Amino acid sequence: MMFAAQSIADFFQGFGGWQYVIAALIHAVLLVHVFALSPFAFIWLERKVSGRIQDRLGPTRVGGLFGWLQSLADGIKLVQKEDLCPTAADSMLFRSAPYIVCVSSFAAFMVLPFSHGWVAVAADCGLFIILAILSLEVFGIIMAGYSSGSKWSLFGGMREAAQMVSYEIPLAICALVPVIAAGSLNLGEVGGMQRGWFTNWFMFHDPFTFIAFFVYFVVATASCKRAPFDLAEAESELVGGFHTEYSGMRWSFFFMGEYASMFAVCGIASVLFMGGWNTGIAPLDDALYAARNASIDGTSGSAAVGYLANVIGAGVFAAKASFGVFVQVWLRWTLPRLRIDQVMTTCLKYLVPISCFLFLGATLWPLILVTGMGRTTWTAPVGDRAAQGLQETRDGSVEVSVIAVPAVDLSLVVPSANSLEPEGVVQ
Amino acid sequence: MNGESFLFTVFALATCSGAIAVVFSQTVVRMAFWLVISLGSTAALFFLAKADFVGAAQLLIYVGGTLVLLVFGVMLTASGPYLKIATSPGEIVMGSCVGLLFLVVVYASLNGVDWREPAISLEASNPVVATGNTLRPIGLSLLGSRPDQDLTGDGETLSPGYLLPFEIVSVHLLVVLIGAAYLARAKRRAVGSG
Repeated sequence: MMFAAQSIADFFQGFGGWQYVIAALIHAVLLVHVFALSPFAFIWLERKVSGRIQDRLGPTRVGGLFGWLQSLADGIKLVQKEDLCPTAADSMLFRSAPYIVCVSSFAAFMVLPFSHGWVAVAADCGLFIILAILSLEVFGIIMAGYSSGSKWSLFGGMREAAQMVSYEIPLAICALVPVIAAGSLNLGEVGGMQRGWFTNWFMFHDPFTFIAFFVYFVVATASCKRAPFDLAEAESELVGGFHTEYSGMRWSFFFMGEYASMFAVCGIASVLFMGGWNTGIAPLDDALYAARNASIDGTSGSAAVGYLANVIGAGVFAAKASFGVFVQVWLRWTLPRLRIDQVMTTCLKYLVPISCFLFLGATLWPLILVTGMGRTTWTAPVGDRAAQGLQETRDGSVEVSVIAVPAVDLSLVVPSANSLEPEGVVQ
Repeated sequence: MNGESFLFTVFALATCSGAIAVVFSQTVVRMAFWLVISLGSTAALFFLAKADFVGAAQLLIYVGGTLVLLVFGVMLTASGPYLKIATSPGEIVMGSCVGLLFLVVVYASLNGVDWREPAISLEASNPVVATGNTLRPIGLSLLGSRPDQDLTGDGETLSPGYLLPFEIVSVHLLVVLIGAAYLARAKRRAVGSG
């Protein structure tokens, strides 16, 4: 029974050293589907929402009801287009730039947890890894802008570089604010701590995390170069910005990367601030949690119940993240584009100081509450919640710590293990 | 050959071939591209060795930070398209001498270690190994407390951790920042000198 295995790697235990490779392939194929299908859905959503906002219908024909196959028709059209490379371009860089964008936004999904224990790589510093990977995407865009041999592209690339280098700072600081409340960088652990009523979500943990959620969302919108921060494209000024010279599939790789990273940053927001895969209704959450645990312990008859609980969790997670994407689309078609100096001013003069203030406030908040109320949170004692969360992820991490870090024998990899070995560990 | 050694071979080859391509390419931005390949594969090797934090730091600092700034600088300062660096023969001779000397040092030090002797591995009862949580020890060490290292052996005086070097480095960076801002500021003419 597939559902009974603790992880995909356990299921293939009979395959010797290759079980991790097989498990890695399965995880990768699943994630490629998420990566490919989420842009498919969001491009359709973008067309429909923009249509409604502009008092039109949007796509109505392809696929019948609501034109839901419009993205497929677009995809077929793009595959058929000629793959052009301008003579002025540096062709090696020009051709490889879309792959860097695509690979980096795909790799971000590796550490994003979709439900309790449903993560390809359960990394202890997951948030740090995902921010590091997302910061690689800008390199592909700068390369595309530089190597196109076109002034529009060069301007787009330079704007993107300036914008991303500055917006990464408030993005990381805002992501740290709920991490202070959680005390963990492990995204699975952070998500598990927010079980129970929605007041347990880190968004409602204290006033600083509440503001940090909105600041994070603005910065994340900017870091996906979405309007009103889409200076790198800026159709009205730069024709197409960094992708002016691209056509066909290479052009659409940029778009897949953009929509996938929108989903990724909204997924991070959902795990950090909005309870991840938890429904926010305490009885329901407890029932799902019990179903998962029962199937792990083997006390319940069918392991499929726990599997079903995880499917519901993944659905809740996807709904929250998709709502974030919807708000980004809504903002795009509502707000006018900022000028480049306004974008830089917004970041360096407002968002960076605000996020630093929020970070400072979030570190001081427990101290203020302790002196005033005698405990560190205002909704529920943090000890209980932390204990619950930790317990939950102890199970979770056993279940999932599988691929990208296969069981490497420490004695081989770290020859100087003597110096690294902690001797008397205080428990 | 099992999965790990296969992945190790792939990433090690990518690291080395990227590094060689950096040396042999002439365009600055192509060099940056090959550096991305090389440094990214190095990060992958760190991930393979279970050093998640170091791998992510490698990606964030070198690939996402330094290289982006490098290309940004090239784009801002280059006078023509595709800035090239022509290497003179003297520089090639100098560079290869330094490289060969470094290779000799690395080879000698690698030969100096007896790799067949089993290294002491971490015990399974160690909480770091048991939970796979490597971040908390690193974070505690940066805050100045190392519960894993007992200096005097009496169980009370713990090692101070990395707080002092961390603070010295941060003060140093602050001094550098102020100095850079001072050097780069717009020079104001003295009033009245016209």
